[in-house]
This record gives sequence, structure tokens and C-alpha cells, in this order.
Amino acid sequence: MKQVLAVLAVVAAIVAIWYAACIPMNIKGVLTEVERAGAEVVPAGAKERRDMNEFALAARNSFAIPATWAQDRPRLPAPHQVVAELWETTVKKKITSKRSLVYHGWVTLSATILGFAIGTGLGILLAVGIVHSRVMDMSVMPWAIVSQTIPIIALAPMIIVVLYSVGVQGIIPKAVISAYLSFFPVVVGMVKGLRSPDMMQLDLLRTYNATNAQRFWKLRLPASMPYLFASLKIGIAASLVGAIVGELPTGAVAGLGARLLAGSYYGQTVQIWSALFAAAILAACLVGLLGLIERVVLKRMGMAQ
Amino acid sequence: MIMVGLAILLWIFGWWLNTRLAEGPYAGTRAVQLAVPLIFGLTVIGVWELLVRGLEVPLVILPAPSAIAVRFSESIPILWADFVQTILKGALSGYVIGCSAAFLMAIAVDRWDFLRMGLLPVGNFVAALPIVGTAPILVMWFGFDWQSKAAVVVVMVFFPMLVNTVAGLREATAMQRDLMETYAASYWQSFFKLRLPAAMPFIFNGLKISTTLALIGAIVAEFFGSPTVGMGFRISTSVGQLSLDMVWAEIVVAALAGTAFYGLVAMIEKAVTFWHPSQRG
Repeated sequence: MKQVLAVLAVVAAIVAIWYAACIPMNIKGVLTEVERAGAEVVPAGAKERRDMNEFALAARNSFAIPATWAQDRPRLPAPHQVVAELWETTVKKKITSKRSLVYHGWVTLSATILGFAIGTGLGILLAVGIVHSRVMDMSVMPWAIVSQTIPIIALAPMIIVVLYSVGVQGIIPKAVISAYLSFFPVVVGMVKGLRSPDMMQLDLLRTYNATNAQRFWKLRLPASMPYLFASLKIGIAASLVGAIVGELPTGAVAGLGARLLAGSYYGQTVQIWSALFAAAILAACLVGLLGLIERVVLKRMGMAQ
Repeated sequence: MIMVGLAILLWIFGWWLNTRLAEGPYAGTRAVQLAVPLIFGLTVIGVWELLVRGLEVPLVILPAPSAIAVRFSESIPILWADFVQTILKGALSGYVIGCSAAFLMAIAVDRWDFLRMGLLPVGNFVAALPIVGTAPILVMWFGFDWQSKAAVVVVMVFFPMLVNTVAGLREATAMQRDLMETYAASYWQSFFKLRLPAAMPFIFNGLKISTTLALIGAIVAEFFGSPTVGMGFRISTSVGQLSLDMVWAEIVVAALAGTAFYGLVAMIEKAVTFWHPSQRG
């Protein structure tokens, strides 16, 4: 209970700071607007105000403060503007509309999930190979670890263009980027998991005269589940980032990344913020869903703490 | 066709060599453990080169490693300028600012229980979000130059670093804290002599995660607008010109920078947390 209260207090503080930050961020634009509309502004003239301190301006023109939360294209939109835009573009628009965030979110989500499935599948396969073959372990594993320190996302624009030039477009290039971003965390986590049974347990299976396959299915795989879920959560977040970045070089056609880019081209800040929040909500849902599956699976396996 | 055949032969030979080494009597030695991944890497590069030449893959799909190497050595001045712009100015300054801000914040959070209980779930939540998405906003606020890239990096590294440091500062056990209390140690004495050293493994974990995030943030932020220099800028424009050898050269730079950055932090970690079981081996 106290925890919930504390979280709520922190969130409320963040929202309050956000509202307060809107005043200095937007005051200059607002003053220019109201002056053009004929209001008295001290000091007059946008040129005079350009190098002035934003807080002093806000103090001397306090009548303009409410307007900083209701601008059309603010430098920093107020929270309620973002929420209103989110509501407007998700619930009120038809989901087939090009301006619906549900439509754009689905474009991104489908690429994310396809890529995540491919990346996770391949990652688990490679991990199984690494655990069972000493050669693969020694030759591939160091590279898998090193690859985690490399910003492989830099490859994203190239993959889009290369796949386009061989005639593949649409969801597949984005899914490829998502797949390789989620691939390496899963490999590293899964290898750790498949190795987690200790000597004693392995010896026990040997005394049962268990075959290699039996050892894998009955001991190694179940024991790896907590590690698998931990890396799946990292992987899905990485997949989403990959899908969003993968939408940037295609020229902003559809998807949350495209909304971000289009918003930054046309100065539509409210659109950028709402796309950002949609991406955040999507990420939270995906990670939360995996967390839920993890809880259920581990409980049924009797591994929940 | 000869090239393709050679590629297959080279692959089989490399694999055979590694199998011999990995299952041979010297498999446990350091030299073999270093040699096996190296042989694997060289084999992959060799097969890549032979396949690209043998199948005559056009440059716009996949350049051969030799072509990338040539381009790399020809354009070292450009690559260096991009490296300075993106890594040294953008990523590194953002990394330092973000990590120190998160560290100071963590100390404040640790002092007040209420703040810790409230901020930690929020921090954990934010750490899982696609923060790269803030890049267009920050580019709009701070302009096209490296300041906006540093700002993106600050936002990206802040929460992972905060969560790790807060977790680390709680690492000292009740027994150890009580001991400091019986010594009549002040808050700052017990902080510097007990809790900060105990937190070091966690802090370095955060620092290591942040190295990769910093590079990702700095490069991706350049996709949203940059001056005519920088790794992200060079990658996106070279892709547009279909000069993929340049893109690969930049990726080589990114890989080297990422590995070196991570390695540097890991080395400092080794020196600072020499007492920790994970470092004693």
C-alpha cells in the first residue's frame, strides 16, 4: 500500500514538473502569438524578448501562462494535450485511418512480434548447439558476447535498403532488424540457463542412465526457463526499438517510427509525443505480458519463488 | 564456381581445425581459447570474401571484406572526424553527464526511503521503454549539433544507471551497517567506507550496460538530423548513395569503438572491484 502511494507521489511530482517546465519552454512562442493577436506584452517586440530569461518573461506576463499549456505547436506539449491527442488518434479515429495510432501501432507491433519470434527461435537453437558442441561454444560464444557491446542498430538502414534492392519490402526488413536485435540477448541468456543445472543434478541423471536427449528435455530445458524469460524481456524491448528504428529510413510510410519522423519533419510536437507514449505503452504491455506468462509458467513448473 | 568450392573447402578446414583444437589436449589453455574464436572469425571473413567474388555479388548488396578494408584505409580522415563527432563529443559527454547525474540522484534516492520506494518501480519501468524515441524531440530542442546527441545519451543511460546504483547502495548487509554504527561512523563515513565500495559491482554493471546504450543513442539520434559529419549521418547518407563499403567501414568503426569503450570500463572495474568473487576467478 505504501509502495503504491510512493509510486503515485513520484508520478504526480513528474507530472507537476512537466507542467511547470511548459511555462519557460513555451512562453516566447506564446507571447509572440498573443502580441500578434493584439495583447499588451512587456517588453514589446519578439526581437527584444529573444535573449531574455524565460522565467523573467513569464513573471512579467503572467496572464499568458495558461496559454503555454494550450499552444497548437508547442516546444513542449502539456500532459493533457498529449493525452487528448492519444485519445483522439486511438479511440476516435477509425483504425483503418492513416491518422490512427492503432493502425501505426499495429504496423510496428506486427514487425516486432514476427522479428522477435524469429530471433528468439534462432537464438534458442544456437544456444542448444553451443551447449552441446564444444567447438561451437569455443568459436561462437566469444563473438556473441562481444556483439552485445556493439551498437548493431547502426546496421538497420543498410538492411532496409539492401533487402529493398533484392525485392523484399514491407514487414520483412523490419522484422529482420528486430530479429537480430533480440537474437544475441536470447543466446547469451539461454546458454547460461542451459548450463545452470549443477554437477549433482547432472550426475543424478547419469546414474539413471539418461540419454543426451533425456538430459536435455528433462533437466536442462526446464532449468533454463527463468533465464529464458529474463532474456526474453530484454529481447522484446530491443525488438521494438529495432522495428521503430527500421521504419526511419523507409521514408516514413507507416508505423510509430514513421510518426516520430513525420512529426519531426513538420514540427508537430504533439504528434511526436503521442507516438512516443504509444511506443512506451506498447513496450510496457509487451514486457508486462511476458512477465505474466513467466509467472504462470514458473508457477506451473513449481519454480516460482 | 572455383571460388565457391574454395569457400566450402575453407569452411570445412576451419571447422576441422577448431574441432581438433577444442577437443585436443590443449583445449583448456589460454592460447587455444583465444585462437579458436579467432580462427572462426577469420574463416567467416575468408568465406565471405570468396563467396562475394565467386558469386559476383554486386556492391550494393554486400561488399567483400577486402573492399571494405580498402575503403576504410582510404577514408581514415573522414572516419576519424565522424568518430570524434559521434563518439567523443556526442556519446562520451552524454555518458559522463548521464551517469554522474544518475549516481547523484541515486544517493539522494537512497537517503529517503519514500523516494526509493516510489522512484525505483518508475525507473525500472522507464528503463524498459524505447527511449531512443525521444531523439526527435531532443534534436528539436538542442539543435542539430552534438549537444542534442549528448542529451539523448543522457536520457538513455540515466535510468539503467540509477536502478543499478540504488540496488548497489542497498547491498551492504545489516550486520555490516551495524558494525559501522558501533564505530559511531557518520552517514558519510559509512557511505564512503562501506556502502560505496559494496555498491561498486552494481555501479559497474550499470556503467557497462550504459556504454552500449550511449553509442546506440548517439548514432540513432543522428538519423533525425545532424550536421554533415557523424557516424549516423554518414551511414544514412552512404546508404542513400548505395556506397555500402562506406557503411560497412562505419560499422567497423562503431564495433571497434563499442568494444574498446566496454573493455575500458571492464578494465577499470577489474582494478576497482578486485575483491569481488566474480573478479577473483
